Amino acid sequence: MAEDVKTPAPPPPPEGEKKPTAENSVSFTPGAAPNAAEKAAAPAGPQAPAAEKPAATTPAKPAAPAAKPAAPAKPAGPVPMPWTSPLVEKYESQYGSGLDAQSYLGQNYFSVYRSLVPDILRLLRDDEQFDYCVDITAVHYPKREKQFDVVWILYSFPRNERVRVKTQISDGASIPSSVSIWPTANWLEREVYDMFGITFDGHPDLKRILLPDGWKGYPLRKDYGILQQDQEWVQINLGIESGQ
Amino acid sequence: MSLFKNAGENDVAPSNFDLQTPEKPYLDSNELIINMGPQHPATHGVLRVILKLDGEKVLGTECVIGYLHRGVEKIAENRTYTMFNPYVDRMDYVAAVSNGLGYCEAVEKLLNVEAPPRAKYIRVILTELNRIASHQLWLGTHALDIGAMTPLFYTFRDREEILKIFERYCGARLTTHAFRIGGCQYETYAGFEKEVKNFLTFFAPKIDEYEALLTTNRIWLERTKNVGVISAADAIALGVTGPVLRASGVQWDLRKAQPYAAYSDFDFEIPIGENGDTYDRYMVRMVEMRQSMRIIEQAVNGIPEGPIMGKVPKVIKPPVGEIYHSIEAPKGELGYFIVSDGSTQPYRIRVRPPSFVNLQALDIMVRGLLVADVVAVIGTLDIVLGEVDR
Repeated sequence: MAEDVKTPAPPPPPEGEKKPTAENSVSFTPGAAPNAAEKAAAPAGPQAPAAEKPAATTPAKPAAPAAKPAAPAKPAGPVPMPWTSPLVEKYESQYGSGLDAQSYLGQNYFSVYRSLVPDILRLLRDDEQFDYCVDITAVHYPKREKQFDVVWILYSFPRNERVRVKTQISDGASIPSSVSIWPTANWLEREVYDMFGITFDGHPDLKRILLPDGWKGYPLRKDYGILQQDQEWVQINLGIESGQ
Repeated sequence: MSLFKNAGENDVAPSNFDLQTPEKPYLDSNELIINMGPQHPATHGVLRVILKLDGEKVLGTECVIGYLHRGVEKIAENRTYTMFNPYVDRMDYVAAVSNGLGYCEAVEKLLNVEAPPRAKYIRVILTELNRIASHQLWLGTHALDIGAMTPLFYTFRDREEILKIFERYCGARLTTHAFRIGGCQYETYAGFEKEVKNFLTFFAPKIDEYEALLTTNRIWLERTKNVGVISAADAIALGVTGPVLRASGVQWDLRKAQPYAAYSDFDFEIPIGENGDTYDRYMVRMVEMRQSMRIIEQAVNGIPEGPIMGKVPKVIKPPVGEIYHSIEAPKGELGYFIVSDGSTQPYRIRVRPPSFVNLQALDIMVRGLLVADVVAVIGTLDIVLGEVDR
């Protein structure tokens, strides 16, 4: 792929070495070349695995007996199982279908309705001793109606146990802040706001934390390209055309 | 000298998080807002702290971070699992081995594979060496911030020996990329075990040397005792982990609480402090270095024979699902939350950085102290801005 880009490059030099100084087209070509390289790089992602696939599958076919025992073992492990514990029974009887408790690879999590989030988080801390909020984060699923998963990772020192709470919210919807439950949520929620644009109601100081205040866009959304940036901000604040 | 004492006595345990509490004026002066950093030698990188002062007394702070933000989590979504591995070394660049361990173990968990025992032992040895190196760098720079210049030279001299081992093992000194998903890329080099043992005998008296310089040093005591106190309850509420939490008296270490790698095989202790002040955090880290040496010694003596790579497919394609895995990095709980959509690239990787969360405690730790103590508290939190900003 890199060679493909290089092959058109060599022809210009033999044509004449004096040209580069005069011709504008030469100054364009370096500009065009990176673009071409990027465009070439984009399909390379799918291509590279595709190239590896035949290599991986061909040895697998002769070694079919070895691969077969592994295949049934795989689905057995990573399937979300219903999580049963006294804690879950208590909450399920209280909240019914609004709450779904599951376990994946030995890690337990609750999927709850958005409206139940403040209650459940508070109960988990006050009654179940989940006194340490490890992390708050989000995941973006642009194709879903409710685009975001918001995830709380909690830990209990007395129980030595972790649990995750997650809920789904749609773009533009807000979620109650948990700063009053765990003060550590302050910066964690600011980061979620910064990266995803999810607002937390009741947060004492909800503003961007890692990106500059005036930045537009939320980088960890899936529709935000990896090379994309707030060109206007860059021009005004850095005085350059592009940060690239 | 008496000034420092007053500062400590006035504010032993600030436990409310109400930023608006009016405070009694300390000096006859107006409130002053000054800017510390981002280019400031004592902020350990590019941290900007806005200080609200009454005379020299700190009324409140606000941290401005993000100067080193590189979008590591976004990069992860555009790389394969294997390609992202070297990137994690660039977060906490003084403890790159720990970052790599956490990431590799998280992906292994997602793949439902386990590294072979020999790989786990190699991982433990290198990670603990890295913990010592990280604490050495912390000690040198922290002491330098407070005004003791000699420890910096001592610690950097001795840290070099660890970096030499890393270099001989994997070719890199800092951003090591020492581990691979499923195990280790490299077998130990000839003489690795001997070299590690030599380091242990070399290093044991060096810790005593550091302690001789600082532990009972009058100036050190005045600058660190009762400075930057944080209670256990506040530390837990603020999500503080690592030596900072332990110095407040919470005996919690993920290596013991939820053992990973081969840590359940080793005998070691978790040091804790009593007062949660800067001096206790210093002592906790000093003892941790000794405990790390104990772990390394046991690991080197008991290193099993066998393969160093587990049964991991050439193309890493974890099944659909999500996982959270965390380890005890030198600075606290380092967690990875990985969401897989079944493709070769992670759908989302969230890094739970210990430095970022610990830095949040700076505000309540420095309230009521003097400006010079802010430097001591930033140092004692042991932050690395590469990890704070990611």
